[in-house]
Amino acid sequence: MTGTGRLLYLKGVATLRLEQETCIGCGMCLTVCPQEVFAVVGHGKQVRISEQDACMECGACMMNCPVGAIWVQSGVGCAQAVFNAMLGRSGEACCSVEGKPGGSSCC
Amino acid sequence: MTGVIETSVGPVPRVATVLARRDRWGALRVRLGFGRMQYTVEPGLYAVGAPQEDSPVLVTANYKLSFDHLRIALAGQGAWVLVLDTNGINVWCAAGKGTFGTAALCAQVVASRLAQLVRHRKLVVPQLGASGIAAHAVKKQSGFAVVYGPVMARHLPEFLARGMQATPAMRRKTFFLAERAVLVPVELVIACKWALPLSVVLYGASGLFGSASFWGNVQEHGGWTMGGLWSGIVAGTVLTPLLLPVLPSRAFSLKGGAAGLLAALVFLAVFFSRSGASGNGFTALAWLLLIPAIASFLGMEFTGASTYTSLSGVKKEMRLAVPLQVAAGICGLLLLVWARRLQ
Repeated sequence: MTGTGRLLYLKGVATLRLEQETCIGCGMCLTVCPQEVFAVVGHGKQVRISEQDACMECGACMMNCPVGAIWVQSGVGCAQAVFNAMLGRSGEACCSVEGKPGGSSCC
Repeated sequence: MTGVIETSVGPVPRVATVLARRDRWGALRVRLGFGRMQYTVEPGLYAVGAPQEDSPVLVTANYKLSFDHLRIALAGQGAWVLVLDTNGINVWCAAGKGTFGTAALCAQVVASRLAQLVRHRKLVVPQLGASGIAAHAVKKQSGFAVVYGPVMARHLPEFLARGMQATPAMRRKTFFLAERAVLVPVELVIACKWALPLSVVLYGASGLFGSASFWGNVQEHGGWTMGGLWSGIVAGTVLTPLLLPVLPSRAFSLKGGAAGLLAALVFLAVFFSRSGASGNGFTALAWLLLIPAIASFLGMEFTGASTYTSLSGVKKEMRLAVPLQVAAGICGLLLLVWARRLQ
């Protein structure tokens, strides 16, 4: 837990990448991120990743980046979903790991 | 439902902004894990208050708990609510799966003839729905601009009063004690689905090991076996969520294991003070392996209900934790049996 009371998950695992050259600084990623992973640098012209370890790989920033400057291997951080995927259960039970549409679910 | 209002696109059902007794009972039931998959509302367009052609349009999922949170947050306002068909899954999870997505949103905008109903071209989408929605694509396909609302529906009045501007606090997903505590009942009920049958089996099996007759063994050991098993379950499903920020490590399996160790020490203190002769060092070691293993597994399962774990992280900790949990479980069981043979 950091000073702001924020809970952080494992260090150095999140797959989030931001291409600085492509970023137009629209700030959409700052709007959609529920974990405050991004911060504005300079005079609001560019964005950088300020807290990589806070990324939960939900993929909201990648989905909403209008220029495709963000990439993340998105999915749900759920142990049961990982088990379900290993057991080949995707239809009747619970979440699917890679966040693909279809299937009913538990979460 | 409090009647129907006539609009330019036909009759639209109007919903109340206070919960009826039936809604409260339903919420309690799903919080306890019963009928969670069938707690739905009909997708489509709804009215709250007396909305006009320039009233805001708020988008949500057809999980009734989500829908109810939204409508009570809108008390005193006039608004349109657009419900997407997410198979009864909440916004965040459905967005992760893609059922709360760009295509579903654009299709519902067309099906509800929103362009004829309202004069503006804005859709307020919950921020946690953003992982399924591409705002720029929605604009291109439907002509409506997506405005991301706050994470929590209860912040909507302030968000709307500010002219659809969210404060930084509204954009953060918190995971405070109360937010974790509300998840405990459902975690316990889910665990009970396998733990209750297992309890019966272990209770019976305790009769097979020991120096006395079958029933004598059950009487002497059955209760303690139950106590050990449930110490692990409570540590994993109650202690771990409640104590989450203060438990050591960032990995949920280790947090669960630590809670389990705590529970194991309490259990053994009670065990040795009450049962005296029936316990020995092997019994103690067995429970020191078994209880943390159970709690570690259940703590790891809590990643699914938590709000900040990533798939990469979960996979990483599972690769290490699952083999250890299985090994500790098997060694613990063997030791428990061995301890009984020594008596």
